[in-house]
Amino acid sequence: MHIVVCVKQVPDTTEVRVDPQTNTLIREGVSSIINPYDAHAVEEAVSLKKRHGGRVTVISMGPPQAEEVIRRSIAMGADKGILLSDRNFAGSDTLATSYILAMGIIKITEEHPVDLVLCGKQAIDGDTAQVGPGIAVRLGMPLLTYVMKIESVDLSSREIKVHRKLEEKKVLVASRMPAVLTVVKDINELSYSSLPNLLRAARYRAIIWSQQDLEVDTEQIGLRGSPTSVSKIFAPPQRGQGEIIKGGRDNPENAARILVDKLLKTKIIANK
Amino acid sequence: MAVTVIEKNCIACGLCVQTCPFEALEIKGDVVVDPKKCTNCGDCVEVCPAAALELDEPPKEMSAEEIMDVEEHEDAAKDKKDQLKEYRGVWVFIEQVGGIAAPVSWELLGAGTRLAKQIDMELVGILLGDKAEHLVGEAFAYGADKVYLVEHPLLKDYTTEPYTQALVSLAKKYKPEIFLLGATSLGRDLAGAVATRLQTGLTADCTELTVDESSRYLMQTRPAFGGNIMATIVCRHKRPQMASVRPRVMPMPSKQEGRHGELVKENVELRAEGYTSKIIEIIEEKGSAVYLDKAEIIVAAGRGIGSKDNLKILQDLADTLGGTMAASRAAVDAGWVEHSYQVGQTGVTVRPKIYFAVGISGAIQHLVGMQTSDVIVAINIDPEAPIFKFATFGLVGDFAKIVPALTNEFKKRLGA
Repeated sequence: MHIVVCVKQVPDTTEVRVDPQTNTLIREGVSSIINPYDAHAVEEAVSLKKRHGGRVTVISMGPPQAEEVIRRSIAMGADKGILLSDRNFAGSDTLATSYILAMGIIKITEEHPVDLVLCGKQAIDGDTAQVGPGIAVRLGMPLLTYVMKIESVDLSSREIKVHRKLEEKKVLVASRMPAVLTVVKDINELSYSSLPNLLRAARYRAIIWSQQDLEVDTEQIGLRGSPTSVSKIFAPPQRGQGEIIKGGRDNPENAARILVDKLLKTKIIANK
Repeated sequence: MAVTVIEKNCIACGLCVQTCPFEALEIKGDVVVDPKKCTNCGDCVEVCPAAALELDEPPKEMSAEEIMDVEEHEDAAKDKKDQLKEYRGVWVFIEQVGGIAAPVSWELLGAGTRLAKQIDMELVGILLGDKAEHLVGEAFAYGADKVYLVEHPLLKDYTTEPYTQALVSLAKKYKPEIFLLGATSLGRDLAGAVATRLQTGLTADCTELTVDESSRYLMQTRPAFGGNIMATIVCRHKRPQMASVRPRVMPMPSKQEGRHGELVKENVELRAEGYTSKIIEIIEEKGSAVYLDKAEIIVAAGRGIGSKDNLKILQDLADTLGGTMAASRAAVDAGWVEHSYQVGQTGVTVRPKIYFAVGISGAIQHLVGMQTSDVIVAINIDPEAPIFKFATFGLVGDFAKIVPALTNEFKKRLGA
């Protein structure tokens, strides 16, 4: 079985800020990590490989330094890593990104047919959850989002059964393979990397594919291939500072009485 | 003889790069200009939102060849603009599961009413299902002027392919200018597939939507980088302009009983054998935080409550007020509370009337999930906790003393 996993390098989002004066991104000193949902996708692919045999190829789009997330995936047990990297890819929105990744997966397929494509449910920097569905549509594969468990994979009948996690229920779905799955964190627990995998990762060089390698249409990539663009960024508006009720430490009963007074005045809590 | 970049103003948004007819601009940190390609046409200066580009010289005199080149580009741009003009109307996807509409659909009709009025267009509800006609009246009552209804057995329970096919064929036929969907798991699955098929722009999780009346662009504001940044996104050259909005981010509009509209029943050809996935079983989750999103009063626990045992102190308060328990990510990660109760960026967005944040410091990822609550009460031992900047009322002190005191006081006053 050949599984392709899409991974993304993301900034550690808790550290990114906007300078409220200039409205520019403060980029210095922001560390990069593998998108946490993608790490679960790699873990799942490696565990499927252990059960069914085969191989795991990870693919990422990003600047040369994104090779780091490929290495991280190799450390987790992936066999091969491909980085789609070209200056002309920069500025791609979700539509252009799904196009580039799909073209990368098509090229992988030419070398070795693909049975499953796994993605994280969304990336924590953009939080769009749009690239997974985009890849599925472009590859013409069935789309299974929010997968919390892979129930079974039948390679002879080419059928996969998965549990999808929705707001108020789970849905067990059967689908033809190859399919595109996006996974939630419930799907597995990340395991520790083995020493051989860590050693292999440390020496691993990702295969780099550029625009020419992919034969992509230049009108569909980068900023020019992206229908959406940012027209403005700004710091989030602050909710107005409220009122601190005194005495929480020294006289909690009295503070509670004052707060209850105020809350009852709002008429939100019905006075029976 | 080229446009100049004022580096301190540049936000590297790339708008100029998309606009430049001559591919003379590129983002390398900030935007850089290739003077060999730049014709000084000024298009980029016009679109720059940060006043980071300027023409320091009058436009240069062009050779006849260059003028033709520019005219050709301008004609092409005009053709594109004319094509965009064919797209009219504001659409809202009315999400229903098992014949029950997701409330976010009505919230979006509320937002859509405002947008449609701004550009003087009709507001259209799009309703798909097996038997869903009973929801049409409600759609009118919440503001739809028209409803396109597609009923088909294959649309009974949601699967991506038939829903995508139905929406894509409707959108190709009627060409909406703006198309809004709820950012539920269903809506996100569908929106991503539809936008890709239509090759148009889609902006996820918008928190604010307005129309720029002169350009008719939908200004789509959303949090990025886990809520640390707000970004306004536009989709300039493709239609429809698609956006998703999380439940409870937009206010619920008031229902106008007896309001009428036009119902249009549409036939879309769908064939079962064409689809590659099917539902085997739907498992309803029992006892989960199903009602968290609908709760009017929420008592939420953070790391500061110290242990799982202390949850019952909060539960007492919740029970007294008929409220629902919730948690921050820290409390979920500590294993005290299930993930389905998590409020915030990676959890649920809530909009209760009162939100009690107990022992929650108020990381931005949490705030984005609850900051539209009407009243926020923060209880925390640390007077410097960021939550106090957002709270309507703050109490500094030991929650284990304050919360029981609150419970008692409410019991006394409410006669419970």
